Amino acid sequence: MTLTQIFIFAALGLAAGRFYKVISRGWLLFAASVLAVFWLQTASLIRSLPFLFPVASLGLAALVWSLTLPKEYTGSKEDGWAAGALGGLVLLVAATRYIEAASGLLAVRPPQIEFAVIVVATLALVGFVGYRLGRGRGLLLNGVALLIIAVLIIFKFEPLGRMASSGLRTLTRQDAGLASSFDLGWLGFSYIAFRLIHVLRDRLGGRLPQVSLRDFVTYIVFFPALTAGPIDRVERFTPQSHGEFKLGGEHLFAAGQRLTIGLFMKFVLADGLAFFALNAANAWQTESAGWMWVLLLAYTFRIFFDFAGYTHIAIGLGILFGVVLSENFDRPYLKQNITAFWNSWHMTLAQWFRAYYFNPLTRWLRTRGVRVWLIILVSQLTTMALIGLWHGITWNFLAWGLWHGVGLFVHNQWVQFSKARPGGVDPNLAQPLGVAATFAFVTIGWVWFALPGPQDAARVFGVLFGMN
Amino acid sequence: MDSQKISVSRLVIKALVLFVVLNLVFAALDLTPAIGRLTLYNWLLPGRERLPYGDDPMSAYNLNLYNLEAMFASHKVAGRPKAVDEFRVLVIGDSAVWGFLLAHEDTLTGALNAADLRTADGRRVVFYNLGHPTISLTKDLMILDYAMQYDPDLILWPVTLEAFPISKQTSSPLVQNNADRVRALIETYGLPLDSNSPDFEEQDFWSRTIIGQRRNLADILRLQFYGFMWAATGIDVYISEEIDLRAVDLEAGEEYAGLQPPELRTDDVAFEVLAAGVRRAGDVPVLIVNEPIFVSDGANSEIRYNSFYPRWAYDDYRVLLQGKAEQHGWAYVDLWQVVDNSEFTNTPIHLTPQGTLQLADAIMAELRDAFDLQP
Repeated sequence: MTLTQIFIFAALGLAAGRFYKVISRGWLLFAASVLAVFWLQTASLIRSLPFLFPVASLGLAALVWSLTLPKEYTGSKEDGWAAGALGGLVLLVAATRYIEAASGLLAVRPPQIEFAVIVVATLALVGFVGYRLGRGRGLLLNGVALLIIAVLIIFKFEPLGRMASSGLRTLTRQDAGLASSFDLGWLGFSYIAFRLIHVLRDRLGGRLPQVSLRDFVTYIVFFPALTAGPIDRVERFTPQSHGEFKLGGEHLFAAGQRLTIGLFMKFVLADGLAFFALNAANAWQTESAGWMWVLLLAYTFRIFFDFAGYTHIAIGLGILFGVVLSENFDRPYLKQNITAFWNSWHMTLAQWFRAYYFNPLTRWLRTRGVRVWLIILVSQLTTMALIGLWHGITWNFLAWGLWHGVGLFVHNQWVQFSKARPGGVDPNLAQPLGVAATFAFVTIGWVWFALPGPQDAARVFGVLFGMN
Repeated sequence: MDSQKISVSRLVIKALVLFVVLNLVFAALDLTPAIGRLTLYNWLLPGRERLPYGDDPMSAYNLNLYNLEAMFASHKVAGRPKAVDEFRVLVIGDSAVWGFLLAHEDTLTGALNAADLRTADGRRVVFYNLGHPTISLTKDLMILDYAMQYDPDLILWPVTLEAFPISKQTSSPLVQNNADRVRALIETYGLPLDSNSPDFEEQDFWSRTIIGQRRNLADILRLQFYGFMWAATGIDVYISEEIDLRAVDLEAGEEYAGLQPPELRTDDVAFEVLAAGVRRAGDVPVLIVNEPIFVSDGANSEIRYNSFYPRWAYDDYRVLLQGKAEQHGWAYVDLWQVVDNSEFTNTPIHLTPQGTLQLADAIMAELRDAFDLQP
């Protein structure tokens, strides 16, 4: 989100009370979120993609909603209105193609209205078929979850992304030779995908509450959390996204505080540190160990301020609209050990992996009679490897994940070891030492995260530790 | 509910009033120059080897800005009081002096400093690069005027005809964005320039507010941030691997800066600005150097030396400058042909590192003869 977009959202939040007299909060959030998906979507060199990506986000949301409905669901007027409004809003966006005053609202001009009508009709048909035939069918739910993961892999793996771009360019009669994975900038898809998988898995586990289409779509694409999370849970989010809400002084104070902190973190601290944070170019230009540490520390704080700043902004905007989003950070660089770090860094992502990968895996391994230490090792390593790969399928993200996986395993073994031998390090000393060691561990791990390839990382480690 | 409404509106009103008052105070006190002097350079970060300039900031770790205070505050010349054993030489001029497409150690001042010259009484000769990559004698004069506070012992002023035409004096963005300084110079030295030139970016009260100065303030801040990468890498210029070399085959035109052959007249060019520079330097000697140029042997080279200069204009300029130097007793050396043709890069005045060494050798010979500065 740009500063302008943030200010416009904040202004809308301040003025929203006046709209509630005309349109209920649930509908306002729904409409604003649907339109914001298009507005926030960045440009792409592939024709129509900046229109189709938001449509796909909304289509997927509607499809997953229809598939996860209880079998006894017989339809409701409100859901009918929501389906109609969804299609209508998409067509409204497409119609801006013909309104001169609206040009510039979107990253690129929408496609012809006929094309948009066909797209909406196709999605409606898919949704209807899913609703009639697929409700609650485990195979279909798993299939859709796998499909989402497959799309995620295509978008996160550069060679596949390039191939997909090439295919799309051929379809749109553009030069396939210019294909690049950068063409596929599907805004917020990483977060949308994880919300959808969460819903699909909870439906299979029988834990999913019934939610209206309107609230479900709002949950999936709620604009403050679209670009950088948090990944909220549907049962926590949806009760907040409709009903009475009056913006009072306490909300304004809380939102103002969050927005001020977030804007300062993101646009002053993070963007300032970005000037000299470690990157692929300066990794090869810096010869001195001291300065390399400065660049690495700049990156360490930059990534925190950037991400935590966005989270504050998202939470602040959410408060203005009566939605309290989940916290994502809790002073992670001040934690005493790596386990505590992962309980306070990108918390909703870690919780997601705990719920849908780590816990099921450990349960399964236990039933197979695997030794406890091996269960912990395998679960920690694979979970963290997947968290790494979620950021992008590269050797460096994998190495970063494994680095943390090893750290978590070693810490776990250390705790077991310490428990068996009471006494040990003086607690007054243990705390600062623990914080320093954890911070150093996390900081060194960022080398992989910040750089595109193993050679870059090897070069930086060489300079950092005087091995060049 | 009412009390909440009141507190919200009060909050907004108070914030707005505070913001307006801050802007007004900022403009009334004209705080931008003072803020320009606030710098991380020369205490937390090493001072820069040359004035900030960068067309590609993200790669060069350098940027263009117009705040002279901030520019000089980032330069190493501002960080060191002159040592007892230092003989300080300020080198002003255009992009050839600044070192376009050259790492700072390969520039003219880099080559001169590498020679480790000494004065007859044993002082170290330290050269400071105060060149700036826009061509205008008035810009040079403005920089010289500011730089005199740094206590120079000698000024080295390489020039080329491109810096002389009256029409080009206010075309440098640095000049345009420092209108008040330039006006003061025009008035003090009676320069033949228009004080009300439309080229000048005028500053009214509102443009001096925080909002009006937001671009300048952001540039000052960015200059500090880029200082970290400058300190870490020593890089202050982006040098592309592929450079379009200066043209060898030339257009046939003989017009120069709106002037027509056969004769370049004294009042076509800004000798007064050069004279003002020498006056501004006062007791500090100024060595004026006519910079080397590329001499083409390609198409139309019989009427032009290169893409910058038709032969008639450049020949007349050399004669006029020599005459002025003799008339006023200026220290002057014409080095227009001391660099091999193969050592010019993208323009007829930009040099390779080897070409810069050739120029530095020629200048050192003059420094030895005229000022007794020896290796």
